[in-house]
Amino acid sequence: MKNKIIRIALGIAGALALAATLPATAKAAESNYTYTYDYWGDVQECPDTYSVVKVFTYKDLGIKTNLKNPESLYVYGNMLYICDTGNNRIIVLERIDDDEFAYVDEFNSIKGSDKNNLNAPADIAISEEGDIFIADRGNERIVKVDKDLNYLMEFTKPIDLSIADDLIFQPDKIVIDTAGRVYCSAIGINKGLVKYEADGVFSGFIGATPVAYDFTDYLWKKFASQEQRAQMESFVPTEYDNVYMDKEGFIYACAGGQKEEDLDAETVQAVRKINMLGSDILVRNGDYPIYGDLYWGGGGGITGPSYFTDVTVLDNDVYICLDKNRGRLFGYDDQGRNIFCFGGNGNMEGYFRRPVSLEHMGNDLMVLDQLDNAITLFIPTEFGNLIYTAMDQFDHGEYDEAQATWEKVKVLNGNYTLAYIGIGRSLLRNEHYREAMDYFELKYDDENYSKAYGQYRKGWIKANIGWIIAALLAIFLIPLGIGKIKAIKHEIDIADIFRV
Amino acid sequence: MFKSLTKKETYIKYLKSLKFGFYCMTHPLDGFWDLTHEKRGTYAAANTILFVTILIRILKLRYTSFLFIQVYWEDINIFLYIASILFPLALWVVGNWALTTLFDGKGRLGQVYMATCYGLLPYPVFQLPLMIASNFVTIEEGQFYSVLSVISLVYCAFLIVAGMGQIHDFSMGKNILFTIASLFAMLVMIFILMIFFSMITQGVSYFISLGKEMMFRI
Repeated sequence: MKNKIIRIALGIAGALALAATLPATAKAAESNYTYTYDYWGDVQECPDTYSVVKVFTYKDLGIKTNLKNPESLYVYGNMLYICDTGNNRIIVLERIDDDEFAYVDEFNSIKGSDKNNLNAPADIAISEEGDIFIADRGNERIVKVDKDLNYLMEFTKPIDLSIADDLIFQPDKIVIDTAGRVYCSAIGINKGLVKYEADGVFSGFIGATPVAYDFTDYLWKKFASQEQRAQMESFVPTEYDNVYMDKEGFIYACAGGQKEEDLDAETVQAVRKINMLGSDILVRNGDYPIYGDLYWGGGGGITGPSYFTDVTVLDNDVYICLDKNRGRLFGYDDQGRNIFCFGGNGNMEGYFRRPVSLEHMGNDLMVLDQLDNAITLFIPTEFGNLIYTAMDQFDHGEYDEAQATWEKVKVLNGNYTLAYIGIGRSLLRNEHYREAMDYFELKYDDENYSKAYGQYRKGWIKANIGWIIAALLAIFLIPLGIGKIKAIKHEIDIADIFRV
Repeated sequence: MFKSLTKKETYIKYLKSLKFGFYCMTHPLDGFWDLTHEKRGTYAAANTILFVTILIRILKLRYTSFLFIQVYWEDINIFLYIASILFPLALWVVGNWALTTLFDGKGRLGQVYMATCYGLLPYPVFQLPLMIASNFVTIEEGQFYSVLSVISLVYCAFLIVAGMGQIHDFSMGKNILFTIASLFAMLVMIFILMIFFSMITQGVSYFISLGKEMMFRI
């Protein structure tokens, strides 16, 4: 008996000792760099979709003096333009290799204008003909020069009743379309983007954000006195923080700094896709609204929702938003579904202190950090490339290939929602409805599931129509027949001739 | 009691009373009057209906198509789920009886319980076919599901209210008044229960801290 107790005690002690050594090998509790949100809004860790190639400071780029408060990046073919706002200059670089930029030029003045020196250039855009548009903020103008920097024309403060005379015109971000029209978001003008025709004439505002207000605020305002009202926030549309024109000529505009409750109620949008009429046509078919992080906890002293400060659109209609608040990048596909989130605040590679501008060259991303005065270059990892490849293949109608690629994505990340839906959609296109249904059901995609199921049901009924009609007939005819037989039997029973 | 289980008549009566539930469904006023006054209902049948109702509610989680119910399984507590029917039912029965017994209600506590359980019958009757049918529809046809689902709940509520009127022998106006009063009684009971539990917790923690203090001093 005693022996037995000792043996058991030893066994327990041994097990405990073993258990004590195990946690040492368990993985660290550090949170992952890249993540996605699943159907339930839970954070799912994800393999990295982008990896940092290098962080470029002015020395790496071959620039003589350090940058000072740079505000914007612009990519034109292989060329990268940096608006070094604080130094009143624009720097031109050329990407000569995957991980190398060559210094080409820099300029701080133009030729042939009455104000030749640039003053706080905030943004730059280049037309197909090579004409350069510069948002020359300090000089209150958008200036158009040819590629040799000869002055062509300028776009000045719009003359409109709704703009106060004493307002200083500060063009901040500009985009140009193929016809040479200029769209500009200016500081202090919240009626949307300022639109100029190609000849420099101001032609109106487009794409103002809808005004959001609470009913309670409205009531308070009704009862407040004139002075109190002046103290309160007024209900005005928010200004756009940044604009980007995609290859089809739609303007993606982001407005950060929205209030939490407005974002929650979806009365305002952090990103909008503006067509020529100024209406928002962004597709929002995702499980969650497009405003970056879904949870706004106070970790690291950072509170509030994501603040989208820039947006860029890849050639496959994937758009990526840059969150200034937490230094993160959020990718969404053309349906508005989240593809990846990554980044963070910090001093390490791939983390930012005050990111302000995001650009892309092919599928590579460049982020400009205003405090570090550095550009971080990201290239897609194998995982990221597979996702983009699969999307392209699907768009080109190569459904078998797309399915195979999504399968590879699924192998790398079994929690990746889009992989399942991608496989399902490929199967659906190839008319494998039953299998497609399984994939959609796994990720709760009810729309696609219904499409697949509708087709599956149609096929099933077509194949079994004979049986169905036979069964229906049987249901109606058999009771009828039984009734008839019973009636005849009854007639016979009561018939006089059989009475004995 | 167990002796009666061996008799055949017991089972016949049970099945008959269970079948009578369907009569109550289609003829609420007549049916619920006979339920207690003519003793055509049994507790066994009432318990069965309640059990089936709970069973269907749990089965729905698993077997309804994901188009209509998306279940976050990590958060499901089956006992809480069962209690979500039983607890309001108990509150309703006690609250209703406690009020009506003061105002000439003829029904006894058990009869209130029995009539309420009989009133739940439309829930399994509607939801079971709906649950099966939900797997054979697309999202566009889903409106039928939602409408029928709501109808089954409204039907239940109507039956319960009608049943209460009959077993207490109340007029229409008085019945509606006491239905609303019973709902308030439920709220009051929840309030008292919450106060009760928080008092108990505070009382216990008082003695615990008292004990801790004593340990420090000694």
